Amino acid sequence: MKILVCVKRVPAPGAKINVTADGSDVDAAHLGFTTSPHEECAVEGAVQLVEEHSGEVTVLTLGPGESEEQLRYAASVGAAHGVLVEVDGNGWDPQRTAAALTTAIEGIEAERGRFDLILFGNESADAGGFQVGVRVARALGRPMVQGIKGIEASGDGSGEGTITARREIDGGFEVYEIPRPAVLGVMEGLNLPRYPTMKGRLASKKIEIAKLAGHADEGGQSRITLHRPEEAVSETVILGTGAEAAAAVVDVLDELGVL
Amino acid sequence: MSDLPSAAFPTTAKVVVIGAGIVGNCVVGHLARLGWKDMVLIDKGPLPNPGGSTGHASNFIFPVDHNKEMALLGEQSANQYRDMNLSVDSGGIEVARTQDRMDELQRRMTSAKAWGIEAHLLTPAEVKELVPFVNEDVILGGFYCPTVSVVDSLETGTVMRKEAIETAGLQVFANTEVLDVVTDDTPRPNGRRKVTAVVTNKGTIETEHVVIACGVWSNRIAYMADTYIPLVPAVHQMADVGPMDILAETNNEIGYPIVRDMDTFCYERQSSGSMEVGSYGHRAILHHPDEIPSNEEAALSPTEMPFTPDDFDDQMETAIELMDMLGEAEIKYAINGLLSLTPDGMPCLGEIPDVENLWSAAAVWVKEGPGMGQVVAEWMTYGNPRVIDSHGADVARFYEQEKSDEHIWARAEESFIKTYGIVHPSEQWGDRRHLVEGPFRGRQEALGAEFFQARVWERPQWYNSNADLVERYGLSEREVEWDNRWWSPITVGEHLNLRENCGLIDLSAFQIYELEGPGAVEFADYLAVNKVDVPVGRSVYTPWLTPDGGFHSDLTMMRVGEETVRIVTGVFDGGRDEFWVRKHMPNDGSVTFRNLTMELSTLGLWGPHAPAVLAQLTDHDLSQVGSPYGSYLDATIAGVECKLFRISYVGDTGWEIYIPWDQATVVWDAILEAGKDHGIRATGGGVYSLSGRIEKGYRLVGAELESEYNPLEAGLARPKVKAANFIGREAYLAAREAGAEVQCVTLSVEDNTDSQGRKRYMQGGNEPILDMFGDRIIDSHGRASRVTTAGYAPSIGKVLLMGYVTNELAEPGTDLQVMYMNELYPCKVVGSGSAFDPEDTRLKS
Amino acid sequence: MLLVILEHEDGVLVEAAREALTFGRTLAEKMGEDLEAALIGSGEDSLVEAAGQYGAETVHVAAPVELTDYSPDAYGSIVAQMVESLEPDAVLACGSSRGNEVMAQAAARLDAPFVANSLDATPGDDWLITRVQWGGSLLEDVTLEADTPLLTCGLHSVASEPGDEQNPDVEEFDAELDASDLITMVKDRVVQEAGVTLPTAPVVCGGGRGVGSADGFGQLEELATLLGGRVGCSRAVTNLGWRPHSDQVGQTGTRIAPEIYIASGISGAIQHWVGAMASKHILAINTDREANMVVKADWAVIGDLHEVVPAIIEEVKRRKA
Repeated sequence: MKILVCVKRVPAPGAKINVTADGSDVDAAHLGFTTSPHEECAVEGAVQLVEEHSGEVTVLTLGPGESEEQLRYAASVGAAHGVLVEVDGNGWDPQRTAAALTTAIEGIEAERGRFDLILFGNESADAGGFQVGVRVARALGRPMVQGIKGIEASGDGSGEGTITARREIDGGFEVYEIPRPAVLGVMEGLNLPRYPTMKGRLASKKIEIAKLAGHADEGGQSRITLHRPEEAVSETVILGTGAEAAAAVVDVLDELGVL
Repeated sequence: MSDLPSAAFPTTAKVVVIGAGIVGNCVVGHLARLGWKDMVLIDKGPLPNPGGSTGHASNFIFPVDHNKEMALLGEQSANQYRDMNLSVDSGGIEVARTQDRMDELQRRMTSAKAWGIEAHLLTPAEVKELVPFVNEDVILGGFYCPTVSVVDSLETGTVMRKEAIETAGLQVFANTEVLDVVTDDTPRPNGRRKVTAVVTNKGTIETEHVVIACGVWSNRIAYMADTYIPLVPAVHQMADVGPMDILAETNNEIGYPIVRDMDTFCYERQSSGSMEVGSYGHRAILHHPDEIPSNEEAALSPTEMPFTPDDFDDQMETAIELMDMLGEAEIKYAINGLLSLTPDGMPCLGEIPDVENLWSAAAVWVKEGPGMGQVVAEWMTYGNPRVIDSHGADVARFYEQEKSDEHIWARAEESFIKTYGIVHPSEQWGDRRHLVEGPFRGRQEALGAEFFQARVWERPQWYNSNADLVERYGLSEREVEWDNRWWSPITVGEHLNLRENCGLIDLSAFQIYELEGPGAVEFADYLAVNKVDVPVGRSVYTPWLTPDGGFHSDLTMMRVGEETVRIVTGVFDGGRDEFWVRKHMPNDGSVTFRNLTMELSTLGLWGPHAPAVLAQLTDHDLSQVGSPYGSYLDATIAGVECKLFRISYVGDTGWEIYIPWDQATVVWDAILEAGKDHGIRATGGGVYSLSGRIEKGYRLVGAELESEYNPLEAGLARPKVKAANFIGREAYLAAREAGAEVQCVTLSVEDNTDSQGRKRYMQGGNEPILDMFGDRIIDSHGRASRVTTAGYAPSIGKVLLMGYVTNELAEPGTDLQVMYMNELYPCKVVGSGSAFDPEDTRLKS
Repeated sequence: MLLVILEHEDGVLVEAAREALTFGRTLAEKMGEDLEAALIGSGEDSLVEAAGQYGAETVHVAAPVELTDYSPDAYGSIVAQMVESLEPDAVLACGSSRGNEVMAQAAARLDAPFVANSLDATPGDDWLITRVQWGGSLLEDVTLEADTPLLTCGLHSVASEPGDEQNPDVEEFDAELDASDLITMVKDRVVQEAGVTLPTAPVVCGGGRGVGSADGFGQLEELATLLGGRVGCSRAVTNLGWRPHSDQVGQTGTRIAPEIYIASGISGAIQHWVGAMASKHILAINTDREANMVVKADWAVIGDLHEVVPAIIEEVKRRKA
């Protein structure tokens, strides 16, 4: 089973995210970088499918040169190949990103054969555009479902056959059964991603990362500025300390009518 | 009682402690035990883990350290953790992969013996018995210490803090950010400012004392008071890998000894089912305090910075070599953890010299936290730490040049890799040299001077131009590389030449101060044990004592005028001594203080031919009548106005010559020229500081003379005590009443041949002095006999040692033993005086 | 005309759809255009009526017979066809999982830009839109250059509010679907739990790492049951394996909007906060007075949740008795 996972390098912030003085970007001076949580699960999901059905996982990212770190991380937990579409700066809106990724995927497939499954994160942790995977799937002419928290592949996972996917909804889940090649947008909760082992990390340094230049026409959405939302300053009413506050708490519940 | 914040933010306090990590908590805990009240503890982070280095510490203590302060405070700290039942003795093994490291482990065995810590050398198989998952094929052996402990530093901090809340009404404010530390800058004669308040985001507290226990942020807080605590936040990488069955099966936090893989600069420490792999082997990664994220900006905590895996890969590979199972375990958590590094590797404790009542409790790691908290609390209470002499950690030790970021960073960069390195006692720094440009540097370099750095000053240790002396005196290098390292037989040649002819020694690193004014002599007497109120032209060699009667300093004071006293002290103690003077001097205007160090250069001219050489350059009567010992005279040397001070630290007659800095080279040239026919040689500090000194048994501050010992024990007590009051007088009188229990003696090593038939040379690194049964010699205060100075005595042909032994063992001729590199060597007590020329006939000639 | 794509379930407009209509009314006013709505898959009267209550003047219904359940491709295709044939001036959907997906599918078909999770939009030659980043921790101002602006409004970014009630015209929309559009149609639905769910619960009892163990959630379960609510948790808790991911409140989990969120032992990391911030009221139980969750709460109890929660349970039982 040949699987491609598209990942994005994003800052790993704490409780407060700062913006650079000019508002153009997140101030990542103090921050490490990580892979968007949904995509970490996508990588894990892909690796598990390959462990079950054999095959190999390729990871693809579009971003600055440093994004190699995320490709190697994916390699350290089981991905076999990495492809970096190198771009710099902002100006890569979802439309443009999807176009560049599509070109890259077409190129990879021309060289190495078609992917049975392509996984995206449902949305990136930072931009949250909810559309790059959908656009790529559409451009490749493949079925695509978002919000996936469960994946199974029929047969040996390769060639003809189906992918059964679960999507969590309020109180249950929907089941989709789509033919391969397919594209899915997965969500955290699909699995608990493994951590890399030391040997995995060391091995990941040896994989070759293919580098492509990113080319695509600009999209219709352009950033003016990033800023923090105004926070409502509310005075917290302390109902008390320890168990003795229980009565005051229940008074509040009563007042709200939830008792 | 809980940690809940007090309702109202206070506006006044006796003491505000900033920082609620292990150090700040232990400071308030110990202050409470010493009776302090009205204390406030604040931290910018939440409790119990405010986000500093304590929160991510590996929390283990290896008690053996070559450095006395670090070893004893580490042990003290380990015991405090044990007393609180927040410690487990896991044991620990330092494994060696190289022969050099095996030799170092022998040295560790020696230090373990010195401090009375149980330790064993293990074969690889024995290591594997204790730690079955070690690959014994990659190691040559191990150093096992069963009392290596793992502690709960966060809980210890909480317990100490709660104790202070309960017993002393300590008020605690978390999430309280310090915005400013306010000082009273009204000019005072002592040049010091005074701390008055701490401004926080919750309000301002007027306070008498402020303690900075802010770990990696300490320098930033000090900067608010316009002063420095020279430290830099540095990364120590740590990864938690697991789970592993063999570890999980122990069913506890730690069931296997901690392994320090010294040659790869790594440790492996079990933490429940996982292994923490820590590294000191990566490149030095330093951060400015302002680069540390706030609690809310940080993904983990401010001091758990994003892991940079590229820096860790080499360590991973070597760790897997030692423990194959690590390779398959998952890296669950990995950080670039921050800790504090200082320019000289020692902590920053005590009162900050330029700001009264502003205290530093910084650059302290978890392993020393409780002990160092006690040091600072005692210092604040008694005026000196009682638990141990802390001169090496005294924040006053730094010179101006050592406080710059440039210096701190360069030194931290150079020293980081030495954390697990094999560091020779005489090892010199590679970078940041010649911070003070001495007047003779060009001339000394032309003579091939090998410079040794003393804090910021450079002193020639020997001159390669004197290599011919090696042949003249039939000298050779030492057999063992370690003994030969940072040493040259030339220094022996210079010594013998000085004894035969004469030598010229650069003493410009001397720190020279002057007290002036109607109260100067009285104040000088208040500092000194011996009487300073002597006739103009006379000098006094005297201890300065702590309030407890131990040594603070030992130096020379000269009456250079009716109302002027000059103080001359060594370069290692300059910062501390200047601070001591400023701290105690009256502020009523009766005394002014001047530092003349950069105005006066000093040369030492000694040897039997010294008088003949100097006589060519001056008309003064240089006989013992015209220039008596212990007196100075103003004289013109080669046309330059100098002070000739007849004194000696090497055992031969001669002078210290004080020369105006800008004319110093004239005198240097003239003396060397005049000495040509008298066999004069520019001579290095190896003779002055070591071989000449030890042959005479002259004591040195920081070696023989520490606050744990008094003048009686050091053999420096005079028959009578002067009438005038002085610091430590009461304690000194009581000590005289009680009598000395130990004596400072010189010992000669009777046979320095090791088990392989090689001649060995002790380095003076706290080697234990043992009785004939090989047992430690300990007095009733728990002080152990150890080598305070060791050196080869060329004029005697033996290695000499100095140290304290109990009275009954101090008799000349007593047979004892010294351990060096884990082997015992026989030695004999020479006595408390000089091994060479005990009658001082050479000084009188 | 502003066209709002409505999401419905079992003959009811979902809350997010009501929010979209509320958001859309304001937007249509700014545009000076009519507000119209689109129903896909069903044109039940109850839905049309509800759309009217929220101000839709016309409702376009596309319900091809072959479309028996949700299909992202089919829905996306229908919206794209509506854009082409109805020629709306802009299209808005709600920022739910489905709403964003359908708009992305439509945008992909139209090769047009799409702005997800808007909080504010200013029409113009180029639209000026403020949108959610980082799940709401940051906002991004963007310009949108498009023939027909496509956007969703952030979930819970406005409180739904009925408008001047309309009696909308219903216009059947004749959508053409081909076989490929039906490939992604839901094949099966599995109901796992009946009753109140995390996204809709009136009371959510959330627990963080401070709960201490999987078993520790028993007390929160008991309190939630007593109050007719559900248990939620922080990401740390799901990563520790104490609760299933479906209980996770946060940016990568569920966004809740209960009457009251009782957060116990949760520090309030941003990842969690953005999932909880739509709660109408928050009560925090924490030992740390300065914890982010406490600072942002309406009420707080300072103390150990293991003491406080059982006391609350007892008090609730006492009053209910």
